[in-house]
Order: sequence, then C-alpha cells, then structure tokens
Amino acid sequence: MTGQPLPEPAPSPTATDAGVPSTARPPRAGWRETLGLLFRNPTAAVAGVLLLGIVLMAVFDEWLAPSGANEISVADRLEPPSWNHPFGTDDLGRDILSRVILGAAVSLRVGFLAVGIALLIGTVIGLLAGYYGRWVDDVLMRIMDMLFAFPAVLLAIAVLAVRGPGSGNTALAIGIVYIPVFARVTRASVLGVREEVYVRASRSVGASDWRILTRHILPNAAPPIIVQTSISLAFAVLAEAALSFLGLGTQPPNPSWGLMLAEGRGYIDLAWWLAFFPGMAIFLTVLCFNLLGDGLRDALDPRQRTLMTGGGR
Amino acid sequence: MFALVQLVPGDPIRLALGTRFDQETYDALLERSGLDQPLVQQYVNWAGRALTGDLGVSFRSGETVTSQIAERLPATLTLAFASILVALVIAVPLGTISALRPRSVVDRVATVLSQFGISVPEFWMAIVLILVFAGTLGWLPSGGYVPLTDDPVGWLQRLVMPAVVTGVVSGSVITRFVRSSVLEALGADHVRTAQAKGLPARQVFTWHVLRNALLPLVTITGVQLAYLLSGVVVVEIVFSWPGLGQLALQAVQARDYPVLQGAILLFAVVFLLINLVVDVLYTAIDPRIRR
Repeated sequence: MTGQPLPEPAPSPTATDAGVPSTARPPRAGWRETLGLLFRNPTAAVAGVLLLGIVLMAVFDEWLAPSGANEISVADRLEPPSWNHPFGTDDLGRDILSRVILGAAVSLRVGFLAVGIALLIGTVIGLLAGYYGRWVDDVLMRIMDMLFAFPAVLLAIAVLAVRGPGSGNTALAIGIVYIPVFARVTRASVLGVREEVYVRASRSVGASDWRILTRHILPNAAPPIIVQTSISLAFAVLAEAALSFLGLGTQPPNPSWGLMLAEGRGYIDLAWWLAFFPGMAIFLTVLCFNLLGDGLRDALDPRQRTLMTGGGR
Repeated sequence: MFALVQLVPGDPIRLALGTRFDQETYDALLERSGLDQPLVQQYVNWAGRALTGDLGVSFRSGETVTSQIAERLPATLTLAFASILVALVIAVPLGTISALRPRSVVDRVATVLSQFGISVPEFWMAIVLILVFAGTLGWLPSGGYVPLTDDPVGWLQRLVMPAVVTGVVSGSVITRFVRSSVLEALGADHVRTAQAKGLPARQVFTWHVLRNALLPLVTITGVQLAYLLSGVVVVEIVFSWPGLGQLALQAVQARDYPVLQGAILLFAVVFLLINLVVDVLYTAIDPRIRR
C-alpha cells in the first residue's frame, strides 16, 4: 500500500485555523504590477527599452553589422564618419560601427556570465549565512570580508594573472569580485525575512529547510537581489571594458569595447572616432543598467511605492 | 593574501633574467630570493620581516620594496586627496540642493548628472579630456607627474585632469548619499520641532539637518578615499601617473611577489587606518556614540 507516492501535503488547515491570522504573507508585488510600476517611471522605461535594443543588437549582431569584425581594407584606413562608415574606420580600415555592434555581444556575454556567477554563488552563500546564522554565518561572512577587502580591480587582475587573459576568464574574475556583494545583500535581506511569522509558521508545521528557503525566504528576500543584479551588470560591463583596456581581458582581434578604446587611444589626436564611439557604447549600456536598477528599486521597495502612488510627499 | 599572490603562475626568476642565463646564475638567484624554501617557511620569513618594516627586495629591479612604495606614495596620496576634494566640492552642494528641493528641476538635473558620472568609463572620460584640453586647446599637459616641491605650477597642471576624472566618479556616488541622508534628516522629528519652535531656517539647517547628515557622508567619503588610495589603476595608466596602482599592475605582470605583497599589505593597512579615522570622526560628530 505504501507503493503509491504520497501527494504533496497540503498546507495544514489547522495552522491557519488556530487563530494565527498574521501568517498571511505581506502583499508581494506580482510581476505584472512591478513591470507596470517600472514603466510608469519614464527614465526606467526608456532605459529598459534601450537595453532591450542593445541586447537584441548583440543577439543579431552578425545580421546587423554592415561588415565583418575583421574585414581589413587598407584603402579605407582612418576614415572619418561618413555615409559609408557612420562611425568611421580604424587604423586597419575596419568599420567601427560593425565592430561596436559585434563588440556588444562580447561585452554583454562577459557581463551576464560574470553577474551570473556572482549571483548564483553569492546568493547561496548569503542564504545559508542568513538562514543558519551562528558559526555558518561567521565562517562564510569572514571569508566574504576577506574577498571584499581586496581592491576590486587588483583582485580581478590577480585572477586573470592566475588564469590567463580571455573573455571567459574575465567573466570569472569579475564574477569572483562580485560574490561578496551578492552574499552581503542576500544575507541582509534574509535576516529581515527570517523571523517573519509565515516563516515560523511554516517551520512549525514541519516544512524542511529547503522548502522554507526556496518557497518562503528566497521569494520575499528577492527584491534587493534583483536591484543588485541590474546595478552589478552595469559595473560588470564597465569592468570588462577596463580589463580589456589594460590588455588583460578580451584579446585582439576580437572586438571588445574596452579593447577598441585602448587601440583608439594611440590615434586620439589623429582620429577621435576610434575611441569615441566604443566609449559611447560602454557609457550608454552602463547608464541603462544603472537607470533600470534605480527604477527597479523604486518599483520593488514598498516605501518608495507609497511615495509614488501619492501616499508620501 | 600571501596565498593568492603565490597562486599567480610563472617563474619570477626566469622573467627577471630574461631569455639568456645559465643554471648557476639561476640557482644563485633562487637561493638569494629564498624561493627555494618551502612556502610555509617563506611565509614565516616574510611576515617576520614585514613586522619590522622590511618588505623584501623586488625581483625585478633589485630595489627594496619599501623604497619602491615610498617612491610611489606621494603621487598616489596627491591624486587621492585631490580627487576627494573635487568629489566633495561637487557632491555636498549638489546633493544638499537636490534634497532641499526634491523633485524640482535642480533635483532632476542633479540626479541625471550623478547617474552620468557613475556610468561613464573613467578611462574614456580621461581620453576625451586629454583630446580636448591637451590636444585641441593645448592648455594642459597630457600626463606625467612632477613633485610639488620641484615645480608647483607643473604639478597643478598635471594634477587637474586625473583629479577631475576620478573626482567626478566618486563625487557622483557621494552626491546620491548626501541627497538621501539630507532628505532623511529633514524628515526627522527633531527638525520639525526646531521648525515649530520658530528657529530661523538657516539655523535649523546648519545645526539640525547638516549635522545629522554628516555621519553617512563621512562613511561614504572614507570608502571612496580607501578606493582611491588603493590605486585607480586605469586612470594612472592613461595619465602616466606613477602611483601605486601602476606599481601593483606591473608587479602582477612581472610576478614580482615581494612588491605585490607589499602593495596589498599597504592597501590593507590604509583600509584599516581610514576605518579608524572614520570611527574617531563619528565620535566627534555625534556625541551619542561616545557613551
């Protein structure tokens, strides 16, 4: 008779019937509501749409770029912006617009990968430290403090020195730098949720730690982590550009915005467009991620929400 | 710290000797540098000497690490403090004004400007400034560093651009903190009380708002200063500024363990020192903390 798998235990009715009305969760904004609030904020909406455009550009880069990243045309070298080459050409006659479009894929891939690494590892560490507390918290957070005390750029450079240059290693290096940031944000958020009545209620009806963590703690602790993700993407794109600029990140002849800037630096008084357009691309992308992060914070933070809907000043 | 530095692969002796050397020279140098000893022994030796202020000798140049750091320190200190000055000059008025008039035009412009400042790649801004002020206008030299005592005018001319670049970025971060902390202080009960008992607005602002908004400002300024002192590598490279960031970058590239360890030890000490100063300032600003 025991061969039949037991159905998932339904939330015990006695828990709610026993006169604990406060086990009800605080109203958690649904996705649609959050998006609605986000897009009511014009700056965030514009940033979001622009970002979508940049991501689409990176996905369809091969189709959009007028020419290949490394199509050399010596006759056209160092041409200023024109109809044929809207962003001009570089010292090897490569079309800069094409390289900026193709570079978006490199920059964004490294950015997303780096933040993915940091988000995954940092959130797990923060969840464990915040939920279990005591020695788990002490050990994990002291390790994070040590990592955090390193100057970020130097830590990334040291990781790249160990692993060698290249896009994948750059993502790893930036990811490692941001692990403690996510760990701290997650831990702080978990601490705020851990003693909520619905968590205690869930524990009292015998839910496993895994279930409490994934069903109750993580969803309610998520807003600051989401905001941090957007802001970290901004800094990851910036860091990739800086490391490539130093010659440690993406290697030539691959088009990376930071690398293009470094290459254009030598021609700065001769041909300003070499360094200007890649820099503009970095700036716009980073700005959009930052503005989106700000918009997300406003939309996800209940205090801000009352301000926006007219409850406050 | 020691472990991470040791993880950097590559043979420092080989790099220091170049391509042509014989085994005898190699062995002699290996023995002299102490790299033939076990790692634990190396660590104990290094830590013991570091406590007495001896950070070892650079593999690359043969100079002592302390002298190399001492040589770079003035440039780093100059740039860091000049940048913080620029940052505060931008951030304090801008943040305060936007907090006093929330959602006004000034506030919106300040918010947009600080977003721009946070998002702009430092090295790109540096290149654009060089292009405009050193190239087109020819007002300032494009880089380098001269000590203040040698040539005060040249010192200032070379300091302006790097300080503005790093100052604008730090200033943008600080502006947002100033804005939110002034806003918070403005909403506090004691401010309402002060206003209600009819104190002049200026007095309320100086004694009740600004003083309370000062604590977060001191904290974030400390954080920014620590970041600036640990070497703004990329800006130093663009402006050929001979600071500690450049030294550390070269040390990583040359596997110059003693220099790298020395530099990182210094960053750690600076970090602790700044935290100490911030704590002392706390008690000076807010007497409640003393209790």
